[in-house]
Amino acid sequence: MEPINKRTLRQKLKACKRSPLSLVLFLLVMISTILTTGILLFLTGYIVIKGIPNIKPELFQWEYNTSNVSLMPALINTIIMTVISLVIAAPIGIFSAIYLAEYAKSGSRLVGIVRITAETLSGIPSIVYGLFGLLFFVTAVGWGMSLIAGAFTLSIMILPLIMRTSEEALKAVPNSYREGSFGLGAGKMRTVFKIVLPSAMPGILAGIILGIGRIIGESAALIYTAGTVAEIPKGTDFLLDSTRTLSVHMYALASEGLYINQSYATAVILFVIVALINWLSAFLAKKLSVQLR
Amino acid sequence: MFMTKYKESIMKAVFFTAACISILAVALICLFLFINGVPAIAKIGIFDFVLGTTWKPANTPPSFGIMPMIVGSICVTAGAALFGIPTGVLTAVFMAAYSPKRIYRILKPAVNLLAGIPSIVYGFFGLVVIVPFVRETFGGTGSSMLAASILLGIMILPTIIGVSESAIRAVPQSYYEGALALGASHERSIFFVMLPAAKSGIMAAVVLGIGRAIGETMAVIMVAGNQARMPAGFLKGVRTLTANIIIEMGYAAELHREALIGTGVVLLVFILVINLLLSVFKRRTG
Repeated sequence: MEPINKRTLRQKLKACKRSPLSLVLFLLVMISTILTTGILLFLTGYIVIKGIPNIKPELFQWEYNTSNVSLMPALINTIIMTVISLVIAAPIGIFSAIYLAEYAKSGSRLVGIVRITAETLSGIPSIVYGLFGLLFFVTAVGWGMSLIAGAFTLSIMILPLIMRTSEEALKAVPNSYREGSFGLGAGKMRTVFKIVLPSAMPGILAGIILGIGRIIGESAALIYTAGTVAEIPKGTDFLLDSTRTLSVHMYALASEGLYINQSYATAVILFVIVALINWLSAFLAKKLSVQLR
Repeated sequence: MFMTKYKESIMKAVFFTAACISILAVALICLFLFINGVPAIAKIGIFDFVLGTTWKPANTPPSFGIMPMIVGSICVTAGAALFGIPTGVLTAVFMAAYSPKRIYRILKPAVNLLAGIPSIVYGFFGLVVIVPFVRETFGGTGSSMLAASILLGIMILPTIIGVSESAIRAVPQSYYEGALALGASHERSIFFVMLPAAKSGIMAAVVLGIGRAIGETMAVIMVAGNQARMPAGFLKGVRTLTANIIIEMGYAAELHREALIGTGVVLLVFILVINLLLSVFKRRTG
C-alpha cells in the first residue's frame, strides 16, 4: 500500500493540524519502528563488539577442560547433530510435502489432519520436545542420553518447518511444467522427481537451511536428550555417546557464571552462523521466485 | 509397463507414509506425556497439583503445587504481550504502509534475523544487559518478572511483525483507496479501514506470539530469578512452568520427576488451547 497521494511537507503539516489523531498515530508508528530497529541494532552491536575481542585461538583447541573451555568439541558435535537430524527429517518432510502437494486430493480429510498436526507440532515449545525425547527416545527406546536421541528429537521439531516450506515450493511450480512432462509421456513419479522437485529445489533448500538454523540454536530440547558432555563422540557406537552442541555449551558456560568472556565469544559465533544461514535461505528463496517467474 | 505401475504405487505409499509421520509424532508426544504425567497428577490430586501454592519437593511430606509457576508464566507472558504486541503491530504497519522500498529492503531481513537468533543468545543478552539495567533503575536483584517480560517482549517481536505484516498486506488495496477517496488521511485509512479488515490475521499474530512467550525456556531461566513461590511483584523473581521443568529435571526422582512431567502436561494443555484459538482465527482469515 504505497501512499498514492504524494503531498508536500507543508500540506502534510497542515493536514496534521486539522486532524491531531493522524499525527498521534503517525508518531506511534514511527516510535515503534525506531524502537524495534534500535533494539535490533543494540542487540547485534552489543554481542558483536563484546564478542569479537574474546574470540581467541585457544577456544578452538581440540580438547575441552576446565582451564580451557574450548568450544571446538561443541562445534563439531553441532555439525554431526545437524547432519543426522537432517538425514532423518529432510526426506520425511519433503516426501510428505510431495504427498500433500502432488498426490492428495485437495480437501481430503487426511490432508486436513496432516495440516493440523503439522501446525500443532510447530507450536509445541522446545522444552516439551525435550521432555518427550527424554521419555521416549532416552528411556522407552533405551538409547540413554545420546547423540541419536537428541537428533531424533530435533528432527521431529524441524519436521513441520521443512514440510511447510517444501509444500509451498512445490506448489509454486507452474502446472504447465507437469502438463508438459505428462504430455511427453512421463509417469507421475518421473514427473515429480525429474521436473517438479528440481524446479522447487531452491525453495526446499531454503526451508532446510532454516531448519539448520533451528537445530543450531536449540538448547532446551537437547539438555535432557543429548546431555551436556563436552567431548567429540568416538568409536563405533558414537551415536550413543552423550554430546553437547554449541548452544548447550553456551548455556553451560553462561549459567556457571565463571566464563563470561567465553560466553561472549560463543554468542558471537552463534550469531554469525545464524546470520549467514538467514542470508543463504533468503538468497535461495529469491532464486526460486526468479526462476519460476 | 507392469514394473512402472508397481513402482508408482510403491512410491505413492512411501509418500503417504511420510505424510502420516507428523500425525504419529503428535500422537506419540501427547500419549507419552499424558501416560507419564497424569498418574502423578492423580496421585497428588488434581486440585492440589494445579491450585496448590507451595512447591517444596524436598520437604517431608513433599508438596507439589504448581500454581506459583502457572501464575508466573501468565504474568511474564502478559508483560511480554504488553510490550511486544503494540510495538510489533505498529512496526508491521510501518513496514506495510509507510516504509520506502529502500528501508524495507534492510528492515525485512533484519526482522527475520531477529527471529533466527537462538534463545540462549537472547538469554545471555538479558543476563548481561537487561538484568543490570533493571537492578540499577528499579533496585532489587534485577533478576525479575520485569526483566523476563522485557526480554520475552523483544523475542516475540519478529513473530508478531511478520504475521501482522502479511495480514495487512493481504487486505485489498481498494479498501485503502476507497478510504482516501472519502477524504480520510493516510493514518485514518490504515487504522480505521485496513487494520479492522486485517483483524483476524493480527489476532493470529498475537496468539502466535503469546504461544512463543509461554513456551520459551532458556532465555527466561537466565533472567527471571526462578524462585518457586507465588509471584510477589514486578521486581521479584518468578519461575515459569518451562523453567520448573528444566531446572529440576536433572536431579528429580520418583514422584518429583513425575510431577515435573505433570508440569509439562499442563504446559502442553496451555499450548494446545492456544493452537486451537490460532486455528479459529486462521479459519476466519480464510
